[in-house]
Amino acid sequence: MTTASGNAATLQGSAKPPSWLHRNRIKLAPWFFLLPGLIFFSVYVIIPIFQSIWISLFAWDGLGAKEWVGMANYVELIDDDRFYTSLKNNLWWLVLYMLAVPAGLAIALFLNQTVTGIRFYKSMFFFPFVISQVVVGLIFSWFYNPSFGVVGIVWEFFGATPPSILGDEDLVTFGIIFAGLWPQIAYCMILYLTGLNNVSPDQVEAGRLDNAKGWKMLWYIILPQLKPATFIAIVVTVIGALRSFDLIAIMTQGGPYGSSNVLAYFMFETALSEYGFRYGYGSAIATVLFVIMLVYISFFLWRMYQDEKG
Amino acid sequence: MLNIIKRSAAALAVASLVSAPVLARDLVINFDDPNPAPKEGFETAVEKFKAANPDINVIVNITDREAHKTAIRNFLSAEAPDVTSWYPGNRMAPFVNAGQFEDVSDLWEAEGFNESLASTQSAMTIDGKQWGVPYTYYQWGIYYRKDIFEANGIDVPATWDELLAASAKLKAAEITPITIGTKFLWTAAGVFDYLNLRTNGYEVHNDLTAGKIKYTDPRIVDVFNKWKELVEPGYFIENHATMSWQDALAPFVQGEAAMYVMGNFAVAAMRDAGLTDDQIDYFPFPEITPGVPRAEEAPADAFFIPSNAKNKEDARKFLAFVAQPDVQTEWNATIGQLPINSNSSVGDDKFLQKGFETVSTAQGLAQFYDRDAPAEMAKGGMEGFQEFMIKPERMDAILERLDKIQDRVYK
Repeated sequence: MTTASGNAATLQGSAKPPSWLHRNRIKLAPWFFLLPGLIFFSVYVIIPIFQSIWISLFAWDGLGAKEWVGMANYVELIDDDRFYTSLKNNLWWLVLYMLAVPAGLAIALFLNQTVTGIRFYKSMFFFPFVISQVVVGLIFSWFYNPSFGVVGIVWEFFGATPPSILGDEDLVTFGIIFAGLWPQIAYCMILYLTGLNNVSPDQVEAGRLDNAKGWKMLWYIILPQLKPATFIAIVVTVIGALRSFDLIAIMTQGGPYGSSNVLAYFMFETALSEYGFRYGYGSAIATVLFVIMLVYISFFLWRMYQDEKG
Repeated sequence: MLNIIKRSAAALAVASLVSAPVLARDLVINFDDPNPAPKEGFETAVEKFKAANPDINVIVNITDREAHKTAIRNFLSAEAPDVTSWYPGNRMAPFVNAGQFEDVSDLWEAEGFNESLASTQSAMTIDGKQWGVPYTYYQWGIYYRKDIFEANGIDVPATWDELLAASAKLKAAEITPITIGTKFLWTAAGVFDYLNLRTNGYEVHNDLTAGKIKYTDPRIVDVFNKWKELVEPGYFIENHATMSWQDALAPFVQGEAAMYVMGNFAVAAMRDAGLTDDQIDYFPFPEITPGVPRAEEAPADAFFIPSNAKNKEDARKFLAFVAQPDVQTEWNATIGQLPINSNSSVGDDKFLQKGFETVSTAQGLAQFYDRDAPAEMAKGGMEGFQEFMIKPERMDAILERLDKIQDRVYK
């Protein structure tokens, strides 16, 4: 490449040495290509992060003047029961949402066979992921309704009084997580189905010769080959759990009395909903959520780096 | 998107009228209720205004109520209309304090509104100035199934004991006495406000929402103890925390519940669901403490001029127009609510007549808990009410938490 640029210079027949831009064009080219992306990423992601952290040090209703309060928003947060409820629910989401990974694997293994119409069955199993989360939320809130929902009818069939799942502070989060698992399992399933297509038949064959069957076959032969799929499934499930906003907004709006809140919804409610507009306090919640996510993101990046290093 | 289409259509209309003798001035109005009746009432009034002022080119944007609540914060500073609908009391306070609403005291003075709109003057006033002009309000109270009451031999309760007795009788007949849907919280505030107004009166309501009384004050504890007398025997419908006010209407319509503490807007929904006027009726919330002067919930809706409006002169004309007695009479007859102007006449619907009777003889009119209290207090308070209705045994903890929120909100 350097000779090419040298040729270009001689062709121009100029005695002047090539310009700085010209000399460094190879090094600069990738940055020019990256520039549009970098600009948008900083304007819409990086800069707002620092703005939020800055706003979290003020009391501000978004209309009047900002009032500097220092760490007061964080002090209030430490003393706020709703914050701990949300944090606890976030942890439940992270833990229970992980069930989507083994459940998705199980369905994928079950569907990984050649029967007439298997494509139809596969697409039916994938269906819930295609529906909007809003619809999933609506369907499940009717489903859970004790007076006309399926849950109520089943309970009454056994002669029990149906619980009001979305109206009970102890059950509500689990009810919403269960609704969220429905599409999430489908997502993990599709990841595993594509993974299973790439499982090498030679290794399965070799395993058979060595008398591997059932669980042993799955654990030692199939699963190691599905490792990339498992990694992606875990990543998207964690992201799904942390983004668990739409279902809560549709099904309960964080209720009853805030007991199904998660940090993301709590932040929205504080900063942007009808009775909120405390931008400073909302930003403080956002900052805490960001710190929690940072732990996960750093692990993710470190892991990617390790993989790429070889 | 629709707005853009409407605006460009309006712009085209203007462009095609170049030969018009007078150059039309634009008047942009943002309105917040696309439901059939309110939309019709508003549009009819706008047509009338246009006919009276042919030189004004009125541009109307109608958005959904919830969307309007969020959008107003942007459009007031970014691209202000000349007139917008909004709510009185503490709901307008943030915008008034941020200098985003125009002081219209001059209009109140010039048009004699201090007399004709006297009933809502205090709700429209901050710092001794008026900030908007109300065009409608509606009564709250108890809507009940007349046929179910008659079938069970129950008379309309006038006192607390009679209400409890009626509830016990209904419960024994396996009918839920009171239906309510607290998913969106504000319905519980309606019940709380009435219990408070009837137990302690108007002053205590105002002092509480102004942060002058603590929630652990014995008078407020009394209110919650009265509320307990309804909650503990199960007089409210089960699972109310998962229902909106419309969801809670279903058992009422199906005859499984007999009473509903609601605003008059619910009547239209009851009629749409197939109930006839023989089946439904209205009575004011019964007396609790004898001798406490009767005050009512009567939230008003109003129009405001943003400070950044371009055409404030015509905006004032519109505000004066919506307060005219004939305009308010016709408008409120369409939407089934009460006109505020004391020279207007009330529609001959029985609910409007009874409501007007109730409201006009009241000692004071409260706007509503979430309009009289600042937003943050209202949110915390209403969550507390909902929690209390599910877990009445947590009363003390809830009241202490509300005190904590109060301390922070009213610094």
